[in-house]
Amino acid sequence: MSDNAPRPDLPRRRLLMAAPLVVAGGAGVAFWRMLSGMQQGSFDPHDIQAPALNRPVPDFTLPDQLPGQGFGAADLRALKVPVLVNFFASWCIPCVAEMPQLNALKARLPIWGIAYKDKPADALGFVRRAGNPYARIASDLSGMTAIDWGVSGVPESFLIGPGGVIRWHSAAALDEATAHQTLLPLAASLRI
Amino acid sequence: MSAAMRRLAAMLATVLALTIGLSPLAAVAVDDPSEMLPDPHQEARAQAIGSQLRCLVCQNESIEDSSAGLARDLRHVVREHVAKGESDRQIMDWMVGRYGNFIRLSPPLTTGTVLLWLMPVLALLVGGLVAFLSFRRARGTGPAPLSDDERTRLTDLT
Repeated sequence: MSDNAPRPDLPRRRLLMAAPLVVAGGAGVAFWRMLSGMQQGSFDPHDIQAPALNRPVPDFTLPDQLPGQGFGAADLRALKVPVLVNFFASWCIPCVAEMPQLNALKARLPIWGIAYKDKPADALGFVRRAGNPYARIASDLSGMTAIDWGVSGVPESFLIGPGGVIRWHSAAALDEATAHQTLLPLAASLRI
Repeated sequence: MSAAMRRLAAMLATVLALTIGLSPLAAVAVDDPSEMLPDPHQEARAQAIGSQLRCLVCQNESIEDSSAGLARDLRHVVREHVAKGESDRQIMDWMVGRYGNFIRLSPPLTTGTVLLWLMPVLALLVGGLVAFLSFRRARGTGPAPLSDDERTRLTDLT
């Protein structure tokens, strides 16, 4: 056999052998970028891209949740200043953890609460225990208003700009970094 | 047939009947029969729509398979819309309007998902091309004819 003789199509064979390596290398780079994005927090595969962003709040009217006064879409649309709408529940552990942050925030940004699928008595007890950060509180007992907002779980917060337009959304408990680096600067820019 | 055998046969028949009879119920996570629509045709439609909607709490289950509270609420919403006589498309749009394309278990064809949808076709084309090229080469270049040297070695061997 002529094993030692150079085959005429050797460059093409080299190319064919290199092709899978190039594909694997490309996939590796893409995967690495995804992983590093997850580590830095710029990419979250579980993130739900809220379509509500930059849209007016959906129509709703909700009754009072003591100790606060209920509100509806009309109240939010009549606003001249930004407001943070926060969905919470007494049965939600991250909501308990979020309360000190909300209480620290309330002097700089008004917060309106919506009690999500919570018994009015339980929600009242929760707000009394944790300290009330809410200027107004409404009760969404059936959870149907939350679905209209695209809420997938509590706590979830929406920054409402003047005219009742949703400007920012967070499907997680607020932490200090998010509040000071993202939320408050954005709220300040909406205040004309 | 002996009495024991007859009893065994009756037992098997009961198990079979129960399995067949209960399997459509076992396929859904509807915890409460009162959730279901009275019209079986409408209920089947609601289940078909619900099995295409992602439960946003558990994320890899459909709302029909999940027992999460939000999934139960969304099942209820789907059934309300079905009972109102809305089309599958209208109900899907209602859900996507609130939760985005993420709620659809099968992603729609968009610029972001073109590669995903075309991948089977691309794989077939590339595979076909590679197969075609290698077949053509195999046919074109058969084994090289024996050299004189090899021929003498062959005659020596035989």
